Amino acid sequence: MEIINFTPLSATIGGAVIGLSAAVLLLVKGRIAGISGIAGGVIYPEKDDMTWRIVFIAGLVLGGFIYQWISGDSTQGLFKGVAHIQSVVGTPLLIAGGLLVGIGTTIGTGCTSGHGICGLARKSPRSLAATISFMASGMVTVFIVRQLMGA
Amino acid sequence: MVQAQRLFFALLAGALFGLGLSIAQMIDPAKVVNFLNIFQQWDPSLGFVMAGALAVNAIATPLILKRERPIFADMFKVPAKTEIDVKIVGGGILFGIGWGLAGYCPGPMLTSLSFISSELLYVIAAYVVGTFATKWVLARIDSAQKIKHATDEACVG
Repeated sequence: MEIINFTPLSATIGGAVIGLSAAVLLLVKGRIAGISGIAGGVIYPEKDDMTWRIVFIAGLVLGGFIYQWISGDSTQGLFKGVAHIQSVVGTPLLIAGGLLVGIGTTIGTGCTSGHGICGLARKSPRSLAATISFMASGMVTVFIVRQLMGA
Repeated sequence: MVQAQRLFFALLAGALFGLGLSIAQMIDPAKVVNFLNIFQQWDPSLGFVMAGALAVNAIATPLILKRERPIFADMFKVPAKTEIDVKIVGGGILFGIGWGLAGYCPGPMLTSLSFISSELLYVIAAYVVGTFATKWVLARIDSAQKIKHATDEACVG
């Protein structure tokens, strides 16, 4: 194993900002900052409170805009823009990936944020089981796609 | 007024989340896939994102939950379930396969709408379809079970 492109500083600072967001949502609204749960309530409307979900998702996009605005022309440091970002696979795998993320987070009631961050912070055994499950299957998937199929 | 304040904080929380994901470069699917590529070329950054978020939350969450109620809501809506079942593990495995294939989980997917590309549209459209279809099926199963339940109870009665 070889360590590549490791960015511990931006990762930890970015993570702390995400943690702050989850704390704000819990303190103000009493809700868990699980993105699949929040988005799921918009995609398949539940009986109550749509508006805050839509506003939160608009906030996500706004956060992405703010990042690009601060980045300007910079291509390094904490704000390095988005010009270098491109998808890692072709259209069929993007579609398969998106479908499975939708199916899996709905059945498993959560994603990286809800289980991996909020759930673990509450020491939830369910969230720990979910996090281990998606980490392990993600690693096996990448191993199969990268090593065995040579994609 | 309270509604406006509520929505302001929902927007603030969303923006912080999107900004944090962007700073952490989790909006770059290559970085996510390289984290999962633990057996060969490994980028541990995603682990540090989780550690950073957990460090803040592990301190903040218990302090916040000590309050009687949230500032702008009647009660905390925190999952009460603790038992580990097939759905939590099976759902996690399916999600992990999709995550490993495309390098997108829901947060970065939606944040990336800020620099939308045709590739991203495919992922998001598929995610929306997958979520909707699964919720629809689960709702059908759920209501079928409720009917069966009611019938059973009727028999007992």
